[in-house]
Amino acid sequence: MTALLTLTVLVLVAIAIWQMTKIFELSQLKTEKAEIANDTDNKNNGYLLFAFLIFIYGITIFCFAKYTKVLLPEASSAHGGEYDQLMWVSFAIIFFVQFITQALLHYFGYKYRGEEGRKALFYADNDRLEFIWTIIPVVVLAGLILWGLYTWTNIMDVNDEDDPLIVELYAQQFNWTARYGGEDNVLGDANVRLIDIDKANILGLDEADPNGEDDVIVKELHLPVGRKVNFKMRSQDVLHSAYMPHFRAQMNCVPGMITQFSFTPTVTTEEMRLNPDVVDKVKRTNAIRAEWAAEGRPDSDPWEFDYVLLCNKICGKSHYNMQMKIIVETEEEFNKWMAEQATFKQTVAPAE
Amino acid sequence: MSATGHDEHGHEDHGHHHKETFITKYIFSQDHKMISKQYLITGLIMGFIGIAMSLLFRMQLAWPGESFPIFEALLGKWAPDGVMDADIYLALVTIHGTIMVFFVLTAGLSGTFSNLLIPLQIGARDMASGFLNMVSYWLFFLSSLIMVISLFVEAGPAAAGWTIYPPLSALPMAQPGSGMGMTLWLVSMAIFIASSLLGSLNYIVTVLNLRTKGMSMTRLPLTIWAFFVTAVIGVISFPVLLSAALLLIMDRSFGTSFFLSDIFIQGEVLHYQGGSPVLYEHLFWFLGHPEVYIVILPAMGIVSEVMAVNARKPIFGYRAMIASILAIAFLSTIVWGHHMFISGMNPFLGSVFTFTTLLIAIPSAVKAFNWITTLWKGNLQLNPGMLFSIGMVSTFITGGLTGIILGDSTLDINVHDTYFVVAHFHLVMGISALYGLFAGVYHWFPKMFQGRMMNKNLGYVHFWVTAIGSYGIFFPMHFVGMAGVPRRYYQNTAFPMFDDLTNIQVLMTVFAIITASVQLVFAYNFIVSIFYGKKGPQNPWKANTLEWTTPQEHIHGNWPGAIPHVTRWAYDYSKTYENGEYIIAGQDFVPQNVPLQENEEELHH
Repeated sequence: MTALLTLTVLVLVAIAIWQMTKIFELSQLKTEKAEIANDTDNKNNGYLLFAFLIFIYGITIFCFAKYTKVLLPEASSAHGGEYDQLMWVSFAIIFFVQFITQALLHYFGYKYRGEEGRKALFYADNDRLEFIWTIIPVVVLAGLILWGLYTWTNIMDVNDEDDPLIVELYAQQFNWTARYGGEDNVLGDANVRLIDIDKANILGLDEADPNGEDDVIVKELHLPVGRKVNFKMRSQDVLHSAYMPHFRAQMNCVPGMITQFSFTPTVTTEEMRLNPDVVDKVKRTNAIRAEWAAEGRPDSDPWEFDYVLLCNKICGKSHYNMQMKIIVETEEEFNKWMAEQATFKQTVAPAE
Repeated sequence: MSATGHDEHGHEDHGHHHKETFITKYIFSQDHKMISKQYLITGLIMGFIGIAMSLLFRMQLAWPGESFPIFEALLGKWAPDGVMDADIYLALVTIHGTIMVFFVLTAGLSGTFSNLLIPLQIGARDMASGFLNMVSYWLFFLSSLIMVISLFVEAGPAAAGWTIYPPLSALPMAQPGSGMGMTLWLVSMAIFIASSLLGSLNYIVTVLNLRTKGMSMTRLPLTIWAFFVTAVIGVISFPVLLSAALLLIMDRSFGTSFFLSDIFIQGEVLHYQGGSPVLYEHLFWFLGHPEVYIVILPAMGIVSEVMAVNARKPIFGYRAMIASILAIAFLSTIVWGHHMFISGMNPFLGSVFTFTTLLIAIPSAVKAFNWITTLWKGNLQLNPGMLFSIGMVSTFITGGLTGIILGDSTLDINVHDTYFVVAHFHLVMGISALYGLFAGVYHWFPKMFQGRMMNKNLGYVHFWVTAIGSYGIFFPMHFVGMAGVPRRYYQNTAFPMFDDLTNIQVLMTVFAIITASVQLVFAYNFIVSIFYGKKGPQNPWKANTLEWTTPQEHIHGNWPGAIPHVTRWAYDYSKTYENGEYIIAGQDFVPQNVPLQENEEELHH
């Protein structure tokens, strides 16, 4: 794979060098007309512009053929389907426009390359043409804006309908902690000023708040499939961003305020591991990791797919390794897991 | 309309002024042509540093954790045994961004060409204030110097990303780079802003007041329109960045809480209460977004001019081009929130910013279509400057189109702060603006260096390798972003889901090294041509604008005699009488100072 890519690059370099020497040779013939493009230059570069158009199409096709498989698998959240649909429609429009405009640009560059004695057309204005290419983007963009805003309003409407599970995502350099509302599904009040490391009150919960007593604090995020989850994000030090790419979800964690995001997971981890795209990706990845293991590189054990929460806002030295595992499971599995967790009241050291 | 009276008297006695010494001519010069060269050369040196940094971190990304002797040589204690440290990785990313955006593409591009072209193309002896212009350059130099010095401080340079969001940038205990390095960064930027403001005010006043007789606003070349509007946006938005920087300095040094609240770090609670990092984001992006147009508008102006000259055709839709520059400038000041869709600000605000952001695609589309139509049925002289102009349109379209995704608040959720963003803005403003810079350098090199021209064959090599390389780096990068890889990760090895992207990283890095190496060809060509370049004719590209009516030898005051008067717009290329004969027989262009001929209709668009 890498060998193929290196080979491709080498071929491109070789072509570049070949073209360079060609240009040099051709330019040796007449050097008297200083450094202004002559007919030979125009001809060569006109052809190269056409070749460049093919290169642009080529790299597009190459990337799609080779790299489509590295993209994220289909969304695992309720709103993710619509997100993906909007994304693909936008991409369809983008590639249509890209295909046509690049073709025109480079083809004109090739077709109208300069020749001694050719007369350019004095063509300074055409109101109708300009109107057309103003109005087309207006209409297309209006459609995209309306669709986008409709989806956006739906996604960002964080409300308490349908009995959502309330989960706090707590960020600090360089790890994540999750807190569940517990039995009453209500998070107890908290503030960084109440953090007491000696008493193991790491999230600064208000011990006087009865809502907090049954809160469950964990280092692995478990979510029941099919139930809406309302996330409340907090950060204790710098900006972080809770990024859950498989769920098309992201929200910054801002010290001094609580931000929120909401989604409904629709595919359990177990189901996702059977998704053909994921199976394929795991297979590829483990082949790479087997090679690495053979080379004796650390951290190259075989990988099993898991959802993951990443930090996506620069937060310092170990930003690149600030993550938490997400497990989506059935309601029963979730309840069973939850029953095994200790509550805040059980973990916090008693007041002296 | 223009203040012609000023030109007519007062300056006629130029040329026999006091004697110029080496210092007044080359160092503390008040001549706009010399200042422009100073800007260009300082900008190119900063660009060299910025691009070199990008190669270092690209190597780290492609071969994470590998030991390279060059890391040890250049980074010293930051690369023990040749393995790059995670802190210095973030510092490199930060300073690369800062240098490229501000020092290369703002000062190096707008500073160079506004200074060179505004007086020459509008028919003025010099800038409105030569002294302020000189101060502007030297403040820029000082800020560059401080930024470079900051690379050598004990705890390392600023490393919080070029946007330096607090609290990370405010708390030295959050990151070593937020100590002395960040202080120097802020001082350097404050001086830079002062420099930029002095320069911009000068450009605005000069364009408004010092146009020669007949040079109405609607006869200005599009370069001048672009520089003028750029300066206006700069004056509107840079002061806001200064205020953000000042408030951040106060939070850092004087214990205020503008941007900080409720912080627990390294085992203790800090006293800050009531501030908001989101406020900083608003202030920063109120400049930060117009800034990208400050970067790209001059490139657009240069491309419009170079393209029309080399296509031997008028720019298509001159008035639409001006209107779209103005529309972009206006909209650019009300779209900053699209950088903050998921910052925690009210989602309704996000809706408003989505709306304004997608609107800005309309004038951008108009410009792209107009450039393409300018090429249609032309007689394209494919000089290096022209190729870079065509390349700029190509990368501007490719990079601009993905803006439709990022500007849509819904779609932004999952690609925000991923490599998709990095790919988008590098194509649409990084590479495009650099192409504009190169187009300008190749095109106006003879004007800067006494008629000497750059070697065209080296120019072709430079262009073609750069063009292929840029797409080679940034096109696959979109896929990395769509796979969910966040930017500013020191390495992606902590996530097995990114393992199968390693070979794309290698591919991009190889292209980056090739592309950066070919910039050395440009550097060589540039330096050698200054001293040994072949002299071309006075008007080598057969252009209409006034700068080519000045003698090749630089004189203070630009024109030895009276300033030429202008009687037509700048784009009478290949204009013919009704019978198909050129206006001036045997010549496909009519310079702006040539009076209207008999029977000639002023086709003024």
